[in-house]
Amino acid sequence: MPKQPVSLLSLLLAFLKIGAFTFGGGYAILPAIQKEAIDNHKWVDQATFADILIITQSMPGQLALNSAIQIGIKMRGIPGGLIAAFGVTAPSVLIILTVAAFFFPIYRDNIYVQAAFYGLRPAVVAMIAGAAVRMGRDILCGRNAVILCAALLIAAVIFQIHPIAFLTAGGLLGLLVCKRKMV
Amino acid sequence: MMVVLLLSLYWTFFKIGLFTFGGGYAMIPLMKEEVITRHGWLTATEFLDVIAIAEMTPGPVSINAATFIGFQTAGVVGSLTATLGVITPSLVLLLLLSRILFRLIRNPRAENFLQGLRAAFVALIFLAAFSLGQLAIIDVPTIIIFISLFIANLFLSINPIYFITTGAILGLIFFPF
Repeated sequence: MPKQPVSLLSLLLAFLKIGAFTFGGGYAILPAIQKEAIDNHKWVDQATFADILIITQSMPGQLALNSAIQIGIKMRGIPGGLIAAFGVTAPSVLIILTVAAFFFPIYRDNIYVQAAFYGLRPAVVAMIAGAAVRMGRDILCGRNAVILCAALLIAAVIFQIHPIAFLTAGGLLGLLVCKRKMV
Repeated sequence: MMVVLLLSLYWTFFKIGLFTFGGGYAMIPLMKEEVITRHGWLTATEFLDVIAIAEMTPGPVSINAATFIGFQTAGVVGSLTATLGVITPSLVLLLLLSRILFRLIRNPRAENFLQGLRAAFVALIFLAAFSLGQLAIIDVPTIIIFISLFIANLFLSINPIYFITTGAILGLIFFPF
């Protein structure tokens, strides 16, 4: 931990940089935050960052956003958390607004853009399916968890349940089924 | 009318932010259900395109998607509203309720709840991939693109931007012009 308090401006600049230049979503942004906060600025050490990650993964919300807010809070309390959230979010908003407002309407009917999206769509589905498999590989270690997931999958196919109700049911079943830690 | 739409955008993305655990694609099933099925703000194909754009631009995917969908629905104000909605749960939990949150997470039962929740997420994300896949995987080239990128994604731990870019390039090569 630094002896002098970190300035809000340097927090802001660090997270703006991460938000503006890191491609590839949350799993790519986390290492960027790690590099910036641990290696470049020495704001937190490895152990603290590991704690932050545990909390990030056990709570709702974006991985990158949750980690950024926690580092901001550790450095400068609530204002630091807000600045970090703003920094990691604002570039996205500006870039997406530019794309949505100016480029997308013009290029949408362009045949080459159509062709690119023709290939992008199966690529996105491959990423989503891959995420399901990866997530399953990481978490479905116990027999109970595999059975629970299979049962939930069948239930989801048969009944049209809203995802929120479905997730809540999954969590509650987890309380009943997962008596021991399934690691 | 505009106020109702903005409130609806805010509430929808608030829910998406609140029920996204573990990041990555965990927000896809709920976003799909709310944005396509419930509100009809986008068609399923447009939704896929938005996710592709969100992946190709810097920043967190769900924040990018919220901004884009908000803009399509209600302009600049809509984009800010949706983005604010999706980040509100994180802000409230970490800035105001962190003590309660941390105590909850340390509870051993929380781990069991999360295990069940994650099992449910795996099922939901798999189903979302299946239903979106029917719109995206429509002929031989798209089948090849899907299978090759799916396998590559499972075995290579590289930034997803490379897979997405590969998809775009393959699309330009194989598109039936």
